[in-house]
Amino acid sequence: MNINTTKVISLLFFIFSAFYLYTAYQIQVFAFDENAPFNARTFPIYLGYAGLFFSGLKVILPEPNTIKVQHKNLEYKKTGILILIAIIYGATILKVGYFLTTSLFLFSSYYFLGERRWVLMFLLSFPFVAAFMYLLHGILDIYLRDPFLQSIGVMG
Amino acid sequence: MIEGILIGLTTALTFQNILMVMVGCFFGTIIGMLPGLGPMTAIALMIPITYGFDPATGLILMAGVYYGAVFGGSTSSILLNAPGVPGTVATSFDGYPMAQQGKAGKALAIAAWSSFAGGTLSAIYLLFMAPSLSKVSLSFRSPDYFALMILGLTAIAAFSSKGQFLKAMMMVVLGLMLASVGQDSLSDITRFTFNNMNLTDGISFVLVVMATFAMSEALTIILKKNDPTSAAKQVSLTELGSIKINKEERTKMYKTIPRSSIIGFLIGVLPGAGATIASFLAYGMERNIVNDEEKEKFGKGSVNGLSAPETANNAACSGSFVPMLTLGIPGSGTTAVMLGALLGFGVQPGPRLYMTNPEIFWSIIMSMYIGMVILLILNLPLIPYIARILAVPKNYLIPLILFFSITGIYVMSFNNFDIYLMIGIAVVATFLRLYDFPMPPLILAFVLGGLMEENLRRSLLLSNGSWEFLWDRTLTLCILLTTILIVVWHFYKTIIKK
Repeated sequence: MNINTTKVISLLFFIFSAFYLYTAYQIQVFAFDENAPFNARTFPIYLGYAGLFFSGLKVILPEPNTIKVQHKNLEYKKTGILILIAIIYGATILKVGYFLTTSLFLFSSYYFLGERRWVLMFLLSFPFVAAFMYLLHGILDIYLRDPFLQSIGVMG
Repeated sequence: MIEGILIGLTTALTFQNILMVMVGCFFGTIIGMLPGLGPMTAIALMIPITYGFDPATGLILMAGVYYGAVFGGSTSSILLNAPGVPGTVATSFDGYPMAQQGKAGKALAIAAWSSFAGGTLSAIYLLFMAPSLSKVSLSFRSPDYFALMILGLTAIAAFSSKGQFLKAMMMVVLGLMLASVGQDSLSDITRFTFNNMNLTDGISFVLVVMATFAMSEALTIILKKNDPTSAAKQVSLTELGSIKINKEERTKMYKTIPRSSIIGFLIGVLPGAGATIASFLAYGMERNIVNDEEKEKFGKGSVNGLSAPETANNAACSGSFVPMLTLGIPGSGTTAVMLGALLGFGVQPGPRLYMTNPEIFWSIIMSMYIGMVILLILNLPLIPYIARILAVPKNYLIPLILFFSITGIYVMSFNNFDIYLMIGIAVVATFLRLYDFPMPPLILAFVLGGLMEENLRRSLLLSNGSWEFLWDRTLTLCILLTTILIVVWHFYKTIIKK
């Protein structure tokens, strides 16, 4: 049997399904529902077995077209930085507010992706976010929480 | 029906809704032209904007994006041999050779007129078929719905998996597993929340769509060092030439369009099949029907060879609305996203939509027609200019996609946890995409998860825990046999291929 990444992913899915199935059996149902033909744990149990079945087949059966990914050609660094910026953005958006965090997120993402045209970077971050906020908040009446703009009196 | 058409026209022809169709078609064309970013990403990115609209307007906007994306995909197919969406691969077989012969404008015009005619004819089929099917589907019982969902999930796995059926089925199971997180709909018992309050209401559909499509698409582009905007830059530089179609070409199209539209529509109605299969089938059928002289031209710039797949893929788009509007079961990943959005609006699609929300039902059908007209009048002459807008560097495009994705979740929940969860799912989806695990089956399964459990619950309770409900009714049995047929056919095809 040839071990490749697809099979490793399938094996991980098999383990995940086993964990899911175990957790499904642990779901607490009402006493009167325990022996009912269908209760809150029935469907998840079927899903757990289905996951084990399909991933198990994938692990066992031979792979007709092996997919080879050239990891050397992949841009892990930039992708990682982008994910990190998105996490920081997610962590600060509620405390700082939509306008400032979103603008900084866009500006820093442009920068880390290699952009150096500062004027364009600025225009496509701060004024762009302001215009988008106006569209959502001002025209479409979608509430946007922004403690920063509230503290400086721009937003009510 | 006349009353319904009038209701639909009244809703669709308001200034706001016409504007939405225009914006949708325009935006969809832009995204559709970018290879890799298909209609599902385009629609997912539109979801936050639709929060401010009523359901009919929101859906009209998304339908416009859908057609626009398919049209945009044809453009890059014809001009660059780089299909923006899988449904337009067959378009490139004759569209690209025609463009190479210096007839790019003509090829685009043939594609646009064929799309228009295919879309218009299928909108007419939908007009007649949907209400009748809605009435028929009222007789559907829970076992039939359950079987139909199994059919839909199996079909999308078989058709969208490029020979990787097991991978697609794993994605189906993963989608159903994600849908099972949160409170059980009947007993309110929490499942798979691990005492995290943020998961009590389950995982949001918008979050899953944004993560698996928009966000992971953006991360994949960076990871693989792709540049989808380079195609658009080339389109903006291409000399189109005349867009006039002569009498001989028109005569050929008159024969091709009706038969391809029927094929496209019928394939579109089937759960899971969609525009890609429709366009290939129409292309193959056309090649078999035409005379030997015309057959020789196939692959070298044949008018019939270009017109057939273009008609069929647009007809299939309209056809895929049939199961969604009449049964509440989406037939494709794209309509699954729309169904999720509709559920978000508090509208339950299905046989009763026709009676309870006629303005939504009819306005979608009417807006399809308006969308076709707009695509023809506005987008065809504007293609080089739209392409110029697209020629923004990916350094700007990717952060903007991430921004739209995160904003979509932020305005919905104002919760950090959802943003982290979305990033987590997007990272896993990006990794899975690298190894060709398809995402549309996951989305369809996620949307259908709740409904599937509900119908299985009812069926099992009514049959006292026995699985006999699967063959008690002829309809249920027929649907299940079709499912088995699809699986057997798929494995047979794979074995023959080997």
